Formats: sequence, C-alpha cells, structure tokens
Amino acid sequence: MLTRVRRWGPGLLLISPSLLLLGVFVYGLIGWTIKVSMSDRHTAAESDGFVGLSNYVDLFTNDINGRFLHSLRNLLIFTVVFLLGTMLLGLLWAFLLERGVRAEGLFRTVYLFPMAVSFVASGVVWRWLMNSGQGDDAGGLNAIFGQLNLDFLQNPWWTDPEWGMVAMAVPAIWQLSGYVMALFLAGFRGIPAELREAAAVDGASTFQLYRRVLFPQLTPVALSALIIVGHMSMKMFDLIMSVSGAQWLTEVPAVYVWQTLLTSDYAKASAISVILLLLVALVIVPYLVQTMRTERRS
Amino acid sequence: MGKMRRAAVAAVGALALLSPAACGGADSGADQEVEVFTWWADGGEKAGLDGLVAAFDEQCDYSFVNGAVAGGAGSNAKQVLASRLQQGDAPDTFQAHAGAELSDYIAAGQIEDLSALYEEWGLTEALPPGLIDNLSVDGKVYSVPVNIHRSNVLWTNTSVLADAGIAAEPKTLADLFSALDALKASGISAPLAIGKDWTQLMLLEAVLISDLGPEAFTGLWTGTTDWNSPEVVQGMENYKRLLSYTNTDRDTYDWTDAGKLLMDGKAGFFLMGDWAPSDFETKGFADFGYIAFPGNGDTFQWLADSFVLPQGVKNPEGTKCWLKTVGSAEGQQAFNIKKGSIPARTDVVEADYPVYQQSAIQAWKTGTPVPSCAHGAACSQGAMEAANSAIGKFSSDQDLAGLQKAMSAAAALGKN
Repeated sequence: MLTRVRRWGPGLLLISPSLLLLGVFVYGLIGWTIKVSMSDRHTAAESDGFVGLSNYVDLFTNDINGRFLHSLRNLLIFTVVFLLGTMLLGLLWAFLLERGVRAEGLFRTVYLFPMAVSFVASGVVWRWLMNSGQGDDAGGLNAIFGQLNLDFLQNPWWTDPEWGMVAMAVPAIWQLSGYVMALFLAGFRGIPAELREAAAVDGASTFQLYRRVLFPQLTPVALSALIIVGHMSMKMFDLIMSVSGAQWLTEVPAVYVWQTLLTSDYAKASAISVILLLLVALVIVPYLVQTMRTERRS
Repeated sequence: MGKMRRAAVAAVGALALLSPAACGGADSGADQEVEVFTWWADGGEKAGLDGLVAAFDEQCDYSFVNGAVAGGAGSNAKQVLASRLQQGDAPDTFQAHAGAELSDYIAAGQIEDLSALYEEWGLTEALPPGLIDNLSVDGKVYSVPVNIHRSNVLWTNTSVLADAGIAAEPKTLADLFSALDALKASGISAPLAIGKDWTQLMLLEAVLISDLGPEAFTGLWTGTTDWNSPEVVQGMENYKRLLSYTNTDRDTYDWTDAGKLLMDGKAGFFLMGDWAPSDFETKGFADFGYIAFPGNGDTFQWLADSFVLPQGVKNPEGTKCWLKTVGSAEGQQAFNIKKGSIPARTDVVEADYPVYQQSAIQAWKTGTPVPSCAHGAACSQGAMEAANSAIGKFSSDQDLAGLQKAMSAAAALGKN
C-alpha cells in the first residue's frame, strides 16, 4: 500500500495545483455555463428557474429572423473557405520551398510573419483594404483594381449579403497560411531520405514520388493543421469585430454570444457558448483520441 | 540560515498578497465620499462632468470620487457595472440612459424609487410632464436626467441644396422625397447619408413618427400600438423608399463617416442626433442647416443620460446630494453648456447657450417628447440590440414583411 502511494503520490502532488486550477476554472465553469444555459435567466435579475433544453430549442426554432441559424451559416462558409485556403496555400508554399528555392530562409520568414500580427491589428488594416466603395468612391483594394483598369475585380467584399463571409476569410487565410506551410515543411523534412532514394531506384517519376510516397506520409501533419486551423475558425471573434464590427451581415456564434451577453441575456449567451463548445469538441475530441491511441502504440 | 531566509521571503510575499485586501477594507471613513460611475472619460463629456462636479462641490459636503470607465461608448462600463452590481459592490451612483434601458435594473431590484425625492426637489414641475410620463415605470421614477439630446434632426448641406435649387425646407415626407429626387437629378447619387444599423434604426423611427404621430409611435414600444397596423406598413414602405436614396455601403459606416458624406457635399441630408454639430465644428464644417425630420412636426425625440440611486450603497445621503445637484438648474447648466446638449429642465436661460442649443431648448419647451429606441430611451437593452440586428438584415435583403415581424418581436422583448 505504502509503496504504491510512494509511486504515484509525489506525481499527484506535483500536478495537483494545475489539476485544481483546471478543475475549477475550466471544468467547473463549463459546468456552471451549462447550468445557466438551462435556466431562465434572461435579464440582469437573479433567477434560477430550470427550463431544461428550451433555450437550445428556441435558438434553432424561435430566434428572431432565424438569427442563430444565420450565424451558423456564416460560420460554415467562413470555415470552409478558411480551411481550404490555408491548406492549399500552405501546401503549395511548402512544396515550392521543399523543391529547393533560393533564399528559402527569407521566404519562410516572409510567409510566417503575418502570424506574428494579432487578428485585431491586421483586421483594422483589412477593414480599410476591403473597403466596399466602388467606382469613384473606391478605396483600398478596390481603388488599386481601379487604377490597374481591372474594374471587373472590384466587389463589395464582406458587405455582400450572400457571400460576404468568403471575403471575411481572406485576412484569416493571409494570416495563417504561413503557419500551415511551416507544419507541412516540417512534415516533408521528417520523411527519411531513404524513401526517396528507394522510389528513385524503383524508377518512380517525380509525380509518382509525391503522389504515392511523400503525400501519404503527410496525412498526420495535414490532420493536425486542419484541427488547429479548424478550431481557430470556430472561435473566430476578434478578426470579425475589427473588420466589420458586430452586425447582422457577418455575425458568427462567438459574436452573437458577446451581443447577448451585453444585453444581460445570460441564459441565451450560455446556450450559444455550449453549442460552440460542442462544435469545437466535435473537431478536437477525435483528434485527441487518435493521438492517444498512437502514443499508446509507440 | 537558508531556511530562515526563505521563510522570511515567504512571509513578505504573503504580506504583499494581503496588502491590497487590507487597503480595500480600510476605507471605512468613506462615508464622506460619493463614487460616481460614468463612461464620461474624455472630450466634451469629461468637460461636462467636471462642470457638474464643480456644482456638486459647492452644493454638498461630500467629496466626489471619479469612477469613470472609458471606451466602447459605454459598453465597457456596462460590463464592469453589471459585475459590480452582481457582487453587491454597487457604486454610489451610476450613469444610465434614462427610460426603458433602466428596466433591467428595475426588474432586478437594483435601483431605488426616487418619486418622493422628485417631489421634494421640485423636479415634477421643472421637467416637462411628457418626459416624466416616458420615464415612469408603474408610476414611479427611478433616475434623474441630467441632459437631453434630440435624435430626430435632419442636418442639411446648405450649398448642396442650393445648387439643386431646393429653396424651401421640406416640411412633410412628400417634400423630402421631391427634394431627394431633385438632388439626384443634380447629380448627387446618394443624397441621404446614413451609416450602420443603429443609424438606420433612427431613420426608421423618424419615419414612423411621421406616419403614426407621437402618441401611436410611443405605443409601438409600450405595446399599445399594433406593429401590423396599416400606418406602420405605410411607414415601413416609406423607410424602404428612403433607403434607396442612401449610400449603398452604409453598413461599413459609423455615424461620423456618414457625417463626412454630408460635409464633403456627397449628400444633401443626414439624419443624426444633435451631438453631430460638435463633430461638424471640430472638422471645420459650418455650412450646415437643421430641421426637424419632415413630418415630425414639433415632436421632440429625446434621449437622456441620467443618474440613479442603487440599492444598498455605502453612502445613500451623499448619493442623494449628488442626484439633487444633477437635477438642479445650476448643475444642469454647468454640465450641458460644456457637453453640447440641453438641460432636461425647462426653466433655463436660453441666452447662455450657443445658437443651435437655443433652438433645441425652445423646441424642448413647446414640443411633444417621444422616447428613442435606438438610444435606449424607449427599449430595453435586449430589445434595442434585437432591433439593430433586424434593421441590419433589412439593409442587406430589403424584406419588408420580415422586418415588420422582427421589429414586432424585438419590441416585445423584455416585457414579461
């Protein structure tokens, strides 16, 4: 008995502060949020009437103008474009650098730099770049297009009611492609040279080398990149707030939470937060399970 | 020795941790202090607050403690305030928009009824009866308004109007439409400048006042007027038509950006509250005129900042003295001349004020007051936010039926 305590006792003692903090400030508060989301606390007044899941049902069926569904749709468009954009650009850049360009270090830095800027700072600049004025009122990118006589490229950017969120994803892609590139580049570098040599000996063409030997090895890296970028996308708040501010056109769940919280509708804000948490968990949990399995195997 | 030193360091560290708490507990002599919580941290607002404090120092034996939280047009302050109220650590008094925006605090029992003090201080006579009606919840008043702004003012660019040959000021909506057409014909593609959601809500409200009249308009927010009535439908159609004369990139503009369209002569008209002229003047634009929104007649759509007496404050007598100063003629004069608004009291000397404010004071004395939803006088915070969202949606899809339904649902929020 005592020996067993000796074995795991010190370890437990060492991690107990962080366990305690995590327990209270992460899991405890998640529990609290879930509790509030099932109450009827729609004003600043204290109220703990239990209403079950009706706040959640209301979000999907009874929200004014279907606002929550609209914010989910915006998030979906944003996420798809953001993921596709960063993955394709990141892979392309990593591929080019891996082929051995001159001044690789310089390019790597240039592509990685945007990541060092906060979304708020770059959002303010992109707000100006993506000015929706056209023709004589054009500003930012539209003005540049105008000067280059590429007027057909002028567009309303994020103010387009249907596809505005595609424009909103542009700054995010600009910011994170370099990061995805770095991940892929590390992936390429991690593939042993023997594999390439073996492929060359077997007479594989360059296309076959990439298609059959190198890309399959990058799957775990691609998965990590997808999950990192994906969960950032789900929580997107700062970029949207600094480009458009909180408004109908570009509203996503995280912004909606903030709006409802400002009006003291705690129950609704908690319900949206919980749904957001579930959405992120949907991405993260399978990844964690998979990582744990691989770790156990090795 | 090493152990001793470590113990000493730990003791000092523990003391350092304790000391802020010790400070917090030591202000038992604070009953001479009144903490005033506002979001007036700079500009004309700060100057106005300073004026008010000077009057307070003269009238009261308490010392003023500035609890201002800057930023976000008050949204930061409201967050801080909400958490302080929840922890039972209310400031001695706080700033809030007068009217329905207070309904959350009232429902939560966080602020006290001031009706008796209104009688005692003579505010029932000094403030216009229409305003007191708007402020009352179940016959009780919960806040003392310090200033009044008017939101249904149409600002004009005089030379743009002259160039388009518009001599007479538009008096009705029909006049306004023909003036807008004339401006369009003279080459102004978006003659009515407007900005994002809440500025559009102001326009919708102004149009509804024209089509419904002041009484029925106020009823939209109190629940006595039906949002499906033919007059409302007419008003919404007029609103849709007016939007077609506005700049299409409106959702990217804040009100100052929209105001710039007027200053640059790219628009002839601009609906905004009467805090606009101070912005015009700072930017060196003097060529503007002002009229009540066409069709509004003498209706004065107001919004006001006010102060309240929170429940369970440390120093209620000090707070009452602050509120008395806020409601007094001297306090309102000191505040408003600097902030650029007008006193809520009607017994003021107009000559002390700049030209626009003189006309506003006159209009306030004689006009019919109606509250504004876009600024929290007519709506709870939740209703206001939902209305802004609905109006933002309409700006992109022009779906009238949807707007009507959503506005009706928004107006019903917070009324259980």
